[in-house]
Amino acid sequence: MSEREQLIQPVIEEPPAPDEPQSPWMRAGLTVVRFLAAIAVPIVAFTILWLSFEWLREADVNRGVIVLVAVAVGVFGIFALYWAMDFAVNRMPERWRESVRPWVFVGPALVILSIFLLYPAVNTIWLSFLDARSESFVGLQNYGFVFTDDGMLRAIRNTLAWIIVVPSVSVAVGLGFAVLADKLSRGESIAKSLIFLPMAVSFVGASVVFGLIYDFKVFGAQTGLLNGIVQGFDGDPVAWLSQEPWNNLLLMVIMIWMQTGFAMVILSAAIKSVPDDILEAARIDGASELQIFWRVVLPSILSTVVVVMTTMIITVLKVFDIVFVMTNGESGTEVIAEQMIRWFFRNDHDGRGAAIAVVLFLAIIPVMWINVKRFRAEEEIR
Amino acid sequence: MAQISMEGLGKIYPDGTRAVGDVDLVIEDGEFLVLVGPSGCGKSTILRMIAGLEEISEGKMSIGDLVVNDIPAKDRDIAMVFQNYALYPHMSVFDNMAFGLKLRKMDKGEIKRRVEEAAEVLEITEFLQRKPKALSGGQRQRVAMGRAIVREPKAFLMDEPLSNLDAKLRVQMRTELGRLHSRLKTTTVYVTHDQVEAMTLGHRVAVLKAVTAKRPDNLQQVAPPSELFYNPANLFVAGFIGSPAMNMVNGHLEGSGDQVYAVFGPHRLKVEKKALERHPGIEDHMNKELVLGIRPGDFEDARVAVGGEDRQMEIDVEVTEVLGSETFVHYSLPLAPVVTPEIEELLADSGGDVTTLGDTSRFASRISSDVEVIPGGKATVVVDTAKMHFFDPESGKRIGFRPGAYHTA
Repeated sequence: MSEREQLIQPVIEEPPAPDEPQSPWMRAGLTVVRFLAAIAVPIVAFTILWLSFEWLREADVNRGVIVLVAVAVGVFGIFALYWAMDFAVNRMPERWRESVRPWVFVGPALVILSIFLLYPAVNTIWLSFLDARSESFVGLQNYGFVFTDDGMLRAIRNTLAWIIVVPSVSVAVGLGFAVLADKLSRGESIAKSLIFLPMAVSFVGASVVFGLIYDFKVFGAQTGLLNGIVQGFDGDPVAWLSQEPWNNLLLMVIMIWMQTGFAMVILSAAIKSVPDDILEAARIDGASELQIFWRVVLPSILSTVVVVMTTMIITVLKVFDIVFVMTNGESGTEVIAEQMIRWFFRNDHDGRGAAIAVVLFLAIIPVMWINVKRFRAEEEIR
Repeated sequence: MAQISMEGLGKIYPDGTRAVGDVDLVIEDGEFLVLVGPSGCGKSTILRMIAGLEEISEGKMSIGDLVVNDIPAKDRDIAMVFQNYALYPHMSVFDNMAFGLKLRKMDKGEIKRRVEEAAEVLEITEFLQRKPKALSGGQRQRVAMGRAIVREPKAFLMDEPLSNLDAKLRVQMRTELGRLHSRLKTTTVYVTHDQVEAMTLGHRVAVLKAVTAKRPDNLQQVAPPSELFYNPANLFVAGFIGSPAMNMVNGHLEGSGDQVYAVFGPHRLKVEKKALERHPGIEDHMNKELVLGIRPGDFEDARVAVGGEDRQMEIDVEVTEVLGSETFVHYSLPLAPVVTPEIEELLADSGGDVTTLGDTSRFASRISSDVEVIPGGKATVVVDTAKMHFFDPESGKRIGFRPGAYHTA
């Protein structure tokens, strides 16, 4: 049994074996007591949790104390709840015990998932068939909008461009870095850390940084880095983010800058897992370093490349922050996720927002499926 | 096909440790040479230097007429079989074998012909379209061999190719390897730590030892298997080759003329003249400390031996191993064990040190299975003293060692 399996094995507490009472009345009485305990204990545990929660909300004490108590209740409370439930299960009649126990352990997670994931998803689908204020049923009208509106069509076109450009460039550049870093005799980890660093920046933060690079001033001195360079070569400053359709490319650069590190780290690990003796065998077979890369290394890590690609496609499909911060979706830079937020929260048309969300969701499913399939295939090889 | 020669070959790693030193070795065209030695003796390093996978720090290496010191592995035109097979996991068996030929832009028909021919020889034709993952260890081993064969290279290099196979398959593949070589007659360098493989496969066997600060040379002796057995150059070779290992004991020779006796503890054995003749200059070592060596096979139980009353030893049997065709008898002589640097290295290789020897000399003798020997009982064995070995306890060298002496004696 693996360590992990051991961890999730429920602690099977043998019910205390009482001296079997002789009289049937006593036996029946005991069962009733047990049953009541089984119901009471979890209820008491839950009530205590609930009361402490109420207290935390109402109490007028130092915030630090509240935080400490909240952490304690959060961590130990959940533990206590599980313990109480397990206690209750052990007091149940033997026939029920083992069929009830799994639900007791999985139950809380299922409840939380249903409330925060399943319900919103179903509700979104429902909303997508209603009008702006979710009052009357409008059939497929919102979906018609998704595929006919000019802004939406541009968003779909742009998102497709993002899907094609960002993952392929990131993977290509990341792979290049991974291979080159692997050849370094010293400083490999420093070089890789530097390239990985942008991953730690939020999308908004990165956008602000690139905002300074692309900056254009209508009046006064130019402060943007790019325009500074252009002027250095005696060129005229350009309003970079208004240059359709190339402004899209400038936005993608931000994403590429951030995702390359991710691609590099994963691919670097994959490259290192190619056994040395296979590379040596290829060398002896007469392959040059370039041939070794294309014909031995790359095929060996292909499944990892696909996983990185698909993971990135999912991230790209959800891109919103960059566009929102940089151009606000103006100048033909709309993307699907940005449109979704716009229709939900700014144009207050829940039906259209929901329809866009559903389309986005459906677009992600096949990518997800490929990802999971590839992931499984890779697990099998190991 | 080509001759491989090394002159003063050495390998020093960047951190300053020396792995190989002072190797002078000529591997003849078409020869099957085995490099054997305990782990850490540098045998794989030498092989990798021939292959070009390891840089040469000292000396000169040539394959054929070409000095290859600065020629990269891909241009050396040699093929290598790795311990873990090193097959390309994403290629079929056919593509694995054809890879080297495709890189050389060989004609497709010729590639197909060569691969199919090799596959037939190795009996893997039915697996050609499979991926390595779907093959057993033995089959993968054959594919690795096939990949080397189709190249028709100047030399085959094999790095413990059989060590990942189970015992039975290993014996079978060993025989096939021998057969394959006598068919292809390609120069082969074979690395192993298994002395049985070394003795059965090699035309010549090079016995290596780890380099030490004091003795920065690995090569102990390069000779045909039988010479290693009968004419070991030193205590290291004597102790490494042969299983069970040669019995060694501190003692001396006394007497003169026809009446020379080997004396160790209470035992006094008359030494046959032939043994003295095989150690020229032994006269200078009379009455001086020597290490006496007797192979376990050079004993017989007194009840079935013919003659040899003056070559007998009384022993207290500790353990017997009855193999049917013969019986091994293990016992100890109450004499301090032979301890020399070589012996310590041999012990270290089998995971022990001097203390595991205790304060007795452990002996093993092979006797006929016709007579019964009881553990805990007594027995009398006769020693074939014509085949005794004498070593200098200081240098560990065989007295009067001459290479090739076994054949001329």
